[in-house]
Amino acid sequence: MRDNDAPKKPNRPQLSLHVPEPPFRPGDTPDFSSLVIPPAGAAPKPDITASMTETERLATGLIRVLDDEHKAVGPWDPKLDPDTLRKILRDMIFVRIFDDRMYRAQRQGKTSFYMKATGEEAVSTAAAAALDRDDMNFPTYRQQGLLVARGYPLVEMMCQVYSNRGDKLNGRQLPVMYASKEHGFFSVSGNLATQFPQAVGWAMASAIKGDSRIAMGWIGDGSTAEGDFHAGMTFASVYNAPVVLAIVNNQWAISSFSGIAGGERATFAQRAIGYGLPGLRVDGNDALAVYSVVRWAADRARSNNGPALIEFFTYRASGHSTSDDPSGYRPAEEAKAWPLGDPIERLKAHLIAIGEWDQERHQALEEECLAEVRAAQKDAERKGTLATTSIDFPHDVRTMFTDVYAEMPWHLKEEQESMVAELEAKKR
Amino acid sequence: MIQALNSAHDVMLGRDSNVVAMGEDVGYFGGVFRVTEGLQKKYGRTRVFDTPIAENGIVATAIGMATYGLRPVAEIQFADYIYPAYDQIVSEAARIRYRTAGEWNVPMVIRSPYGGGIFGGQTHSQSPEALFTHVAGLKTVIPSNPYDAKGLLIAAIEDDDPVLFFEPKRIYNGPFNGFFDRPMVPWAKHESSDVPDDYYKVPLGKAKVVREGADVTVLAYGTMVHVCLATVEEMGVDAEIIDLRTLVPLDIEAIEESVRKTGRCVVVHEATRTTGFGAELVALIEERCFYSLEAPVQRAAGFDTPYPHSLEWAYFPGPVRIGTAIRKTLED
Repeated sequence: MRDNDAPKKPNRPQLSLHVPEPPFRPGDTPDFSSLVIPPAGAAPKPDITASMTETERLATGLIRVLDDEHKAVGPWDPKLDPDTLRKILRDMIFVRIFDDRMYRAQRQGKTSFYMKATGEEAVSTAAAAALDRDDMNFPTYRQQGLLVARGYPLVEMMCQVYSNRGDKLNGRQLPVMYASKEHGFFSVSGNLATQFPQAVGWAMASAIKGDSRIAMGWIGDGSTAEGDFHAGMTFASVYNAPVVLAIVNNQWAISSFSGIAGGERATFAQRAIGYGLPGLRVDGNDALAVYSVVRWAADRARSNNGPALIEFFTYRASGHSTSDDPSGYRPAEEAKAWPLGDPIERLKAHLIAIGEWDQERHQALEEECLAEVRAAQKDAERKGTLATTSIDFPHDVRTMFTDVYAEMPWHLKEEQESMVAELEAKKR
Repeated sequence: MIQALNSAHDVMLGRDSNVVAMGEDVGYFGGVFRVTEGLQKKYGRTRVFDTPIAENGIVATAIGMATYGLRPVAEIQFADYIYPAYDQIVSEAARIRYRTAGEWNVPMVIRSPYGGGIFGGQTHSQSPEALFTHVAGLKTVIPSNPYDAKGLLIAAIEDDDPVLFFEPKRIYNGPFNGFFDRPMVPWAKHESSDVPDDYYKVPLGKAKVVREGADVTVLAYGTMVHVCLATVEEMGVDAEIIDLRTLVPLDIEAIEESVRKTGRCVVVHEATRTTGFGAELVALIEERCFYSLEAPVQRAAGFDTPYPHSLEWAYFPGPVRIGTAIRKTLED
């Protein structure tokens, strides 16, 4: 064994390894008072043709529209009509209720797994509102809000979560790994970051064909460490691809805080600068700011002014998934202490402040959404849950072998036949 | 098995200051399967630490550490996530000894939970061992019980070459035997759960006969060892079951000896069938034991599809598939 412990040159300083630690661990009282939060309305809004150097300050600041009095202020105010605001509010409430019901269904043993987007609902729902309906998304597993906002049938979403006989993906995919071409929502992968450069490729294709549609590529703060993130940035930059690139910085990657992904030294938006792209850091819990920034980047991409990188600064209020207990690695009350608040509460307060909403209507909306989700859940459960489908195989088991290739080769046909024989043998 | 793996880390971190453990969520949290629980607290943040989510980065930096002289134990959270690191493993770790004529070597262990049976869908269920056994310069180890898991991991950490150490996650908490509709048996009721606290090694490259028998040899590893044991008991077949434990380097002597005795052989793995490790086993047996064989060697394996979520129990090579293969080789 080589001895690596003895300092070889006593006159030189002894090196030490830095391993980042989050500011708060279980038992600590979370205190975010040192977090720099610029006032709403303070960030300048450049033209969509602006160069990277003209937007550099936006990568270190925080674009915010809703102020402490719940008013929309500053150049980034998208000046949306109240109906659009109410639609975003409804979508956010819907996602939260849907998540809550599906999470509970998993706890009841009706499915294997679930992932909530609690606290970050504004990010995907307001982005969906800012994109054109036929723009293409390459999402992560926490962008169910895109599907909700684009009107994906709720029962179908639940059937996917239950892997039941109503599941259009034939029970093949883990819950929440939805896919819908019609809704511009690419198949979610469990392998992180892979979709990010794929979004760039889709956008390049749109440009090659002289199309007008753009793509939006999504990634989490933790996954920006993957090589795929950097490949996506490089290709987007090289080909001036018509793509909006978005990092959802929700502070946590399972148990690792954003510092483990490099967030201690620079913002995630600042990564854009090295690639010559604008980086925009935005309050992800401010639905108006999210809408406005996505709209800016989408308009930029659509007018051949190229890609931009957005950092949605938000907080993952729930666990990573049903498989982890966040109280094992962060203070239980950290979500409540998050200084940028709750996206639903903030938009609700804004609508009330401008006289377009009230508590009664809000409560009625919540009840309406809950009733709709409950009814859909009943419908979905009539088609089975994983608890039953994993034993009864209501999907024709032969479907296991379809779609591996366009045409089934001989060895798969043989395996298919042997599996049918096997299942008959099991029944005996 | 998780405690046994944890103990192997603990023993080696304590014995050898060159051992470090790293991976996603490995530090404070102790890993998503809790294999490294408590170790950061005991050995400090520079010995046991979280890494960015970059599997290529994890393996590449582990290689760098190994070239300095450390013995990194790098966790890839799920074997399904290992592919971004493939270039670093295949083009770099596997060949550094060869291309430097032995001036450098890479004493690194890549640990990774693999295999299905947990409703993990296609990104948390794969068995990619054959992608690594195909590569010259890598060793591949797969334990099937707590005692072996600890002894093999210690041997892997002390080994001077890169070792892929795949852990069958379905049996982390008990010897799952393939009868998914029967109650789960915990490790506590299994003889191999008696794991000494101290240092011991189970040598790499040595298989273990887990059941002696005269009629047919069954070759298996990982979870499938337990499924094969239950299957032959259920069938009342006098099978000899060999737990390979190390795929590369393979204990060919143990295989030859058994197949010569029984004259029949079935090869079992959870991984997809086509060009799986079973194909290599069958070829070796054909080359070396042909004149002892009474019947063609059969394979029972995963189907050549991605791992499906809800159809998991139709996919999983359970007692019926293994039983069919055994019957076939006995009847031929």
